[in-house]
Amino acid sequence: MQGPLIDTLALHGVSRRTFLKYCSTLASLMALPPAAGVAMAEAMAAAPAAAKRPSVIWLPFQECTGCTESITRSHSPSIEGMIFDMVSLDYQETLMAAAGHQAEEVLRKTVEANKGQFLLIIDGSVATGLDGAYSCIAGRSNLALLKEIAPHAAAIVAMGSCAAYGGLPKAKPNPTGAVSVSDIVKDKPIVNIPGCPPIPVVMTGVLAHFLTFGSLPDLDKLGRPKAFYGETIHDRCYRRPFYDQGKFAKTFDDEGARNGWCLFELGCKGPVTYNACATVKWNGGTSWPVESGHGCLGCSEPNFWDAGGFYKALSMPANPLRMAAGAAVAGAAAGVAVSFANRAKKKDAKAAHETTTLADLEKSEER
Amino acid sequence: MNELQFLTWVRGTGLNIAVGLFLLGVLWRLIEIYSLGRKKDLSAPRHVAGASGWNTVFRRSIPPEGMVKRSPVSYLGGYAFHIGLAIVVFLFAPHIKLIQSLTGLSWPALPSQFIDLVAVVTLAAMVVVLADRINKPVKRFLSTFEDWFTWTVTFLPVLTGWLAVRHLLFPYTTMLALHILSVEILLVVLPFTKLFHAFTVFGSRWFNGAVNGHKGVAV
Repeated sequence: MQGPLIDTLALHGVSRRTFLKYCSTLASLMALPPAAGVAMAEAMAAAPAAAKRPSVIWLPFQECTGCTESITRSHSPSIEGMIFDMVSLDYQETLMAAAGHQAEEVLRKTVEANKGQFLLIIDGSVATGLDGAYSCIAGRSNLALLKEIAPHAAAIVAMGSCAAYGGLPKAKPNPTGAVSVSDIVKDKPIVNIPGCPPIPVVMTGVLAHFLTFGSLPDLDKLGRPKAFYGETIHDRCYRRPFYDQGKFAKTFDDEGARNGWCLFELGCKGPVTYNACATVKWNGGTSWPVESGHGCLGCSEPNFWDAGGFYKALSMPANPLRMAAGAAVAGAAAGVAVSFANRAKKKDAKAAHETTTLADLEKSEER
Repeated sequence: MNELQFLTWVRGTGLNIAVGLFLLGVLWRLIEIYSLGRKKDLSAPRHVAGASGWNTVFRRSIPPEGMVKRSPVSYLGGYAFHIGLAIVVFLFAPHIKLIQSLTGLSWPALPSQFIDLVAVVTLAAMVVVLADRINKPVKRFLSTFEDWFTWTVTFLPVLTGWLAVRHLLFPYTTMLALHILSVEILLVVLPFTKLFHAFTVFGSRWFNGAVNGHKGVAV
């Protein structure tokens, strides 16, 4: 893979036409102008792979490897996977052949050789409890590793909800003191690609943007590429018409569920979740959670684990109303107390009442 | 606190507090009001007092003769926003879902487009009623802070709800959270302001009708 990318692709049986089509699809997915597709294709195809392939270091912290699994699922033989292969992925524990000291050596050398130029991908949250001792690689805590390597990166990609927001490890009661990458690193451009796991094409889209323009795409205020996280699942959901008609599946196996009605009442978080699942779909466009009959969990939103339960409709209380019974009793007691006070007042008024008789009035006239 | 945490708070802790204060206030005031009692009227009733009470409950929902012409905004605007509020609050699917989760009771919903239309009509009617209150010197003179305040806390839930559904102003998550928050403010305020008429209106009508019937006023 030393020649220009386009030759490498040809070697893999990918025609120029297919490649261009891929680039323009990627460009349109990211809401870039049509010319950007051509620019992308030119930038990527012409780049003599060995000379310009940017180095990528992928560090796994407190994670489940689901993000890596997600990427590899789309890997081969899809074209996304090949583009991904065209960057120089120098360190990725799950995928690399090296292990132990060899792997550590690769990491050290890669950082040395590409100072200020490599792309740092991180999946998993950073444990801060006990000085980060909850999660270590080669005897060093994730926290220390991040602080050591991040200053040398050109940019950081926080891959998956854990790296982007803290994710599952940060869920209450957060025993490891997990935080997101952006909580630790403040002086580097960071792009968050949340999702549990994130959509592979989002990852490759961001990479393609970085390769072509040498910069990260437009981000929303949560640091997510607007191109993919610009709209809610609900707005792009093919079941949306049923929501508007008020047709809801009540259980996972009733007639409504079989007819493909809206899953809002079964706890779908689509209305508050910004992601591209509804348009890009999963597994090469095969399907996505809502299409397969399960509501959206909201996995690309911060703290989605603690957002009141996966199977509770958004309009339902997140927690049981513990105060209600107590408040009702207190209210009734207050009412009874006030009514007794009112009665006492009335009684006093009655007692203080002086009856005036005709005789009294006559007497006063006599005076 | 991010948007989703804000939403989770208003759906969780916030709702808990609001519903608690609402129940506390409603029970307190209902018990206080109905335990006050009235002195027994010892005179012989001229009409069947109870029947007169029931009649008044319904009669006062219908404008007296000629009044619609004299004060169209009060009557038509009043009808529009009260009926609109009832439809929006009780016949929108997510609202029914909430009531079901709290009480176990549920009923069929209306299509959300229709609810959308009703919400717009309700908002318009409320704005017109407010403009009328500001423009008519007598109404303005009679208005206190409570009147302006209760109008606001009633208007905001409808407005924020409609904005949330239409995806206007803020992202949906924030707007939905603001909507729920505004409803919680309404819940807390309701028992302690004139908005408590939602609970007392029919009771007091019955009482007035019964007292008048007892005294012999035609019902």
